Amino acid sequence: MPGDARDVLITGIGLVSCLGEGLDAHWNGLSAAKPIVDETSFAPYVVHPIAPINFDLQIPKKGDQRQMEPWQRIGCYAAGLALDDAGIKGNNEILSRVDMLVAAGGGERDTAVDGKILTDLRTAENPKRLLNERLLSDLRPTLSLAQLANLLAGNISIVFNVIGSSRTFMGEELAGVDALRIAARRIAAGQSEIGFVGGAYNGQRWDILLQLAFGREALKAPYQPVWARGAGHAGIAAGSLGAFLVIESRAHAEARGARVYAKLTHIDAARCRRDVDSLEAAISRMLGDVKPRLASGELAVLSSASGAAHATQAERTALGSLEGIPVRATGSVLGHGVEAQFPLNVGLAALAISRGGLWPALDPTGFELPWSGTLKQALVTGIGVWRGEGLALVEPA
Amino acid sequence: MSKNVQDHKGRPVVAVTGIGIVTSLGIGKEDNWKKLTGGVSGIHEITRFPTEGLRTRVAGTIDFIPAEPVCAPALSEEFALLAAEEAIAESGVGSKGDFPGPLFVAVPPVEVEWPQRIELASASNAETIGYDDLIRMAETERFAPYYERFLYRGTTERLADKLGTRGSPIALSTACASGASAIQLGVEAIQRGETDVALSIGTDGSVNTEALIRFALLSALSTQNDPPSAASKPFSKNRDGFVMAEGAATLVLENLDHARARGAKILGVIAGCGEMADSFHRTRSSPDGKPIIGCIRNALADAGITPEDVDYINAHGTGTPENDKMEAKGVTTVLGERATRVPISSNKSMIGHTLSAAGAIEAAFSLLTIQHQRIPPTINYQVPDPEIPLDVVPNTARDAKVRYAISNSFGFGGQNVCLVLSGEPH
Repeated sequence: MPGDARDVLITGIGLVSCLGEGLDAHWNGLSAAKPIVDETSFAPYVVHPIAPINFDLQIPKKGDQRQMEPWQRIGCYAAGLALDDAGIKGNNEILSRVDMLVAAGGGERDTAVDGKILTDLRTAENPKRLLNERLLSDLRPTLSLAQLANLLAGNISIVFNVIGSSRTFMGEELAGVDALRIAARRIAAGQSEIGFVGGAYNGQRWDILLQLAFGREALKAPYQPVWARGAGHAGIAAGSLGAFLVIESRAHAEARGARVYAKLTHIDAARCRRDVDSLEAAISRMLGDVKPRLASGELAVLSSASGAAHATQAERTALGSLEGIPVRATGSVLGHGVEAQFPLNVGLAALAISRGGLWPALDPTGFELPWSGTLKQALVTGIGVWRGEGLALVEPA
Repeated sequence: MSKNVQDHKGRPVVAVTGIGIVTSLGIGKEDNWKKLTGGVSGIHEITRFPTEGLRTRVAGTIDFIPAEPVCAPALSEEFALLAAEEAIAESGVGSKGDFPGPLFVAVPPVEVEWPQRIELASASNAETIGYDDLIRMAETERFAPYYERFLYRGTTERLADKLGTRGSPIALSTACASGASAIQLGVEAIQRGETDVALSIGTDGSVNTEALIRFALLSALSTQNDPPSAASKPFSKNRDGFVMAEGAATLVLENLDHARARGAKILGVIAGCGEMADSFHRTRSSPDGKPIIGCIRNALADAGITPEDVDYINAHGTGTPENDKMEAKGVTTVLGERATRVPISSNKSMIGHTLSAAGAIEAAFSLLTIQHQRIPPTINYQVPDPEIPLDVVPNTARDAKVRYAISNSFGFGGQNVCLVLSGEPH
């Protein structure tokens, strides 16, 4: 293989979502261009439910599964798929050197317990005392652990013995961008040889919908593809999904004879104050930095657009400068998985590069152009619902 | 280029040119250092919320810094800002609201808290409260400010706004090692040559009803409430858990060559960082101690020093039976027969366990230890534990020659980070 020893290669991809698990399920699901949505379980909100998963296949100990809430099980499962895919699961020599970087939000609550306590507090003579008593009796210790953002990483260490290092970046889309950015820079600079990056999101949670509701960012039925969500009917359709990537230096990948999907040739993260700055200009600046390297006719954009009104519209306008380039928003098909969305789309970009193709458009507005050809560049956007802008370029290794 | 600006691996040496500290002992590093070396405890009876019916009634809350609404993200933001302003002012880097480098912040977990849930429930007219009721109220204009407040990234973004840092700020969550991880990320960014300066903050304002009860349910907290100042007893035989506490510390990290070129005062250097995750259990250390041992050895190797070079250990020293035993085992294995002669003390005996902030606060205190050549004590050490035959600097501070100090941070989820601190290389 030609190239630099410090190139950052993608050598393992683990994906799980409403489309199922693994690369073929995602390729086929995206190719079918048929979103899988649930408009009733969390009515009036739209969610993309996780496909049925036999968690035993990646998390064999029931005891481990019981110690996790759904977002952690989803993440752990995706992590296992990625380690399998990279051929390093069980290879303790390599796993002891793997630098793990997880993007996470926070733990899940027992919403039934919260509801009961809040109901009883309404009529309590001494509400403060009652709150103490009820929390002491009703909270499960395991939930306390599920609450910690770093316990997805902690569970991955336990289940798969990934122990080189473990870092968790907290918070929304840019946590996913920054996790990959820092892991890639460490590899490029020789601070790390092999990284393990990803995240998970459980959209089927009332407590997550509560968080989105404060910002009025949760999409209400009926479902629409992201570019079709307009004024008065915008928002995020939360997706339950997990995505992990194994990335390594070319030197390390070659030495162990790894199968390589693609090369991560550019990754950037930025932020602007959207109350005072133009988001569209910020996205355009990021695109401008990478534009000289882009080749029309071989390029596609995999967008992490969420459907949130301001961010989605600004991204659409900024991407308009890449005339004739096909755009695909995966959120239309499998929902928005916040921290996990960017790693997921970088994984799909690597897959698309390795297969040299692209799935069809899913967009009644016509912004997503039909395309056929041999894909050689995939630009991945990660524009946060509230803050933060990320961009990556994935190319053949 | 001045002398010794590259380390043994040819990387730029990372200096510390500004330190800011806020703990239950007070605001500012001078006041904190005076009290810490005076053996003063910041632990007191909790007044922020009622503790009726709870077995633990003490903590190191910070009640002298206002925040609105009272919740972990708002408190953490205020503590961090004070510590950052102190550190940046001392360093002379940038100016107020304009720091020319990236931001790494260790923050506690975030979620909507009980006062907000109760507020939403009260606003709803439903008799039986469910999350659908809370969500209906959440979508009204009145509660809109809670959106940004309770985003996981919210506190970090607001800090970046106010401090004027560059690029995408990173919110670290590696449990009780978070503060050390924030420093490590800053060090690495400077070593990569991406920046000459970086701001690393650890902050935690998460002493609230549910957080306390969660740790209590894990049997992690001391229940010896009387007197509060004696509750935190690291390394003692009668230790019975940690004491939750709040605080923040900020380090201005700077390429040593860059710092010297502008004539900055060098407060110390981060000589090495080591990590190793533990795959044994979610809350317990591997009984063989391998991850702790490996983590400390990785840090020494990163710094290019040997166990013989270690003059002082700033312990994680939480005061839980498990942590102190495993930490002592790890330290003893790494230092060998020298272990009993190398002083090891726990700042937590005085300031409690500041959780996400602890790694940063204790790194800051370790730097002050080197600067003043004086070791803060482990207070409340009345009943030695024969299984921990170490020099814990009992009860009284001590002058000592400290060239290299290590600061340990261990957290739930198998997080282990060790930092090596030293004075300016000449």
